[in-house]
Parts: sequence; structure tokens; C-alpha cells
Amino acid sequence: MEPTRATRPHALAARGDAEVIDALRAGDEATFRALVDLHSPALLRVAMASVPSRAVAEEVVQETWIAVIRGLDGFERRSRPGSSAANLALKGGGRERRSVPFSALATGDDPDAPSVDPDRFLPADHARFPGHWALGPTRWPTPEEGLLAGETRAVIVSAIDALPEAQRTVIALRDVEGWPAEDVCEALGISPGNQRVLLDRARARARAAVERHYGAVERTEGEGAVTPRPLGGTTQQPMEPGP
Amino acid sequence: MTRHPPQPHDDDLACQAVVEIVGDYLEGALAPAERRRLEAHLESCPYCTEYVEQMRTIGRSLRGLDRDTIAPERRDALVAAFRGWREP
Repeated sequence: MEPTRATRPHALAARGDAEVIDALRAGDEATFRALVDLHSPALLRVAMASVPSRAVAEEVVQETWIAVIRGLDGFERRSRPGSSAANLALKGGGRERRSVPFSALATGDDPDAPSVDPDRFLPADHARFPGHWALGPTRWPTPEEGLLAGETRAVIVSAIDALPEAQRTVIALRDVEGWPAEDVCEALGISPGNQRVLLDRARARARAAVERHYGAVERTEGEGAVTPRPLGGTTQQPMEPGP
Repeated sequence: MTRHPPQPHDDDLACQAVVEIVGDYLEGALAPAERRRLEAHLESCPYCTEYVEQMRTIGRSLRGLDRDTIAPERRDALVAAFRGWREP
């Protein structure tokens, strides 16, 4: 069956949960397909962060949806649109086969690591501007809506692929899938603070990759007191710690 | 952006400290006083302003990027299972 306007995945996200659940209970196959298409990528992200292989992760997602089907008659009718179908799915059994707690992955990435390479800043003992930018970010030539349309897309994809797993999972759920923070915390079993740190580090690395791509930096001037630093001027340099 | 000297700020926040709280700022998790301090810094620092804007841009621009999903045969099996639930 071809998706109708109301059952295309993104249209589905705008429908109220109660309406979606009623449609599922009525056996609306198009709505079920749309729901699977809308939420499976995120469920797969969650599963892949905690089981040993892609095949097992897909099984987990499949079992999760089976649990959703079996539980259809028992679901509460909720009013918050968009996200609760994923919540329902997660509560339906996605966690049972987790072999590595996500919180263990999250601690594998140093939470005290800086967002930006310390070499980008003037030293703490600088006479006038301690801790201020030595090599500051400048505007990107591509407007926001063009970032994923042009060659920067590959730059961003590559940067995200290279992230530590915990960061990659969080940025995928928050920014790619559009989940709210509380759903990500609940699904992954992490604290709000931990979620924010992982998201910030992930975005910072993606930002740095785009910056390197464009060479969008400039050396700041400060009373002639900026000591030249071995950063290679305003050309592209690795500015962030590698993954 | 034209070359710009580091600015002497009225606040006591250094840019290096600012970038560490941008994540909490964008998530609305800064205490009001801390948020005001950061925003005061941004008013006089074009580099930090650009940094915040770029972090915001990254967050907004990734929607729908390369959504990997389950294999088509698994999806088909699920639809069949749904049909079976409907028609026991």
C-alpha cells in the first residue's frame, strides 16, 4: 500500500499518539509501516550501542516491534505527539538483550576532555587576554540549509562516523532523529548531564570538521602581544583531538 | 569577519571557559545568572558568538542525515506479523 499523506513518516510524527494508537488498534497497516519507517533507525542506533553485532541489533529492533504489536491493546492513549511511539517501542523490550550497558560506553570517553583544542586559545598567563581566542572561528561560506546539500555533507558524515560510540549515538538520536533529551536519557540509561556532555562533544567535533574543511579561522590580534603559535596561520590544521 | 582583537570583556569569562558551557547554554541548562554572564560575554565577543552560532547550526542541520535502518525483509516480516495480529 502506498503511503497516504497522513501515513508518510514525517506526517505521522505530527499526528497525536492517541490517533496513531487508535489507527494501529484498528489494524491500519499503512500507519504501522510508517511507524516502523519513522522509528526503526533510532531504535537501531540504540540497539547497536549495546549489542555485539549489527545482525543482533536488527533482531532487537524486530523483537521490539513484535512486542509493540503484542502490546497494542494494552497501550495507554497518550497525548504527547511524535515521540511516545518510540518510547512505547523501547519499553516493549528493546533493552532485554543489551550486553553492554550504555553508561559503560559513555564513560569510555573522557568527560573532562575540552570541547575545543586548548591551543586555539591564548595561554592562561597571557598578560592581557588570558584564555581568549588566539585562532578564532569565522563564518562558514555555506548557509545553514546548504550544509548537507553540498560537499560538506561528506565531511559531516565522516566526522560523525569517527566519533566515539556514545557520542555518535547521542548526536544521532538528538540531532538526526530529533528525539528530545529526556527520551535519549531514558532510552540509554544516562543522566541529563552526561547526555549534554556527549552531545556537546559530538557537535563540537562535527563543527571542527566543517571548520577545517572551510579553513574558517583567523588569528586574532591583540596589541601585538599575541605570540605566534605553531598552528600554521589561517590554513586548515587539525584543531581538535582526534576521535 | 574582519580581524578582531581579543576584547577586554566586562565579565570575567574567558573564551576558553565559554566554549565549555555552550552545550549547557544551548540545552537551556545554565542557571539564570550563568546564562546572563555568558550572554554578556557574547555581546562583546564576535568569535564566541560565531562559535555558538555554528554549534547551533550543526544541531539544527543534521535532521534526517543518513538514517540507517533494518533490512527490508525484516520490515516485511513485521508488516506480516502486524497483519497476523489484526486477523488472528
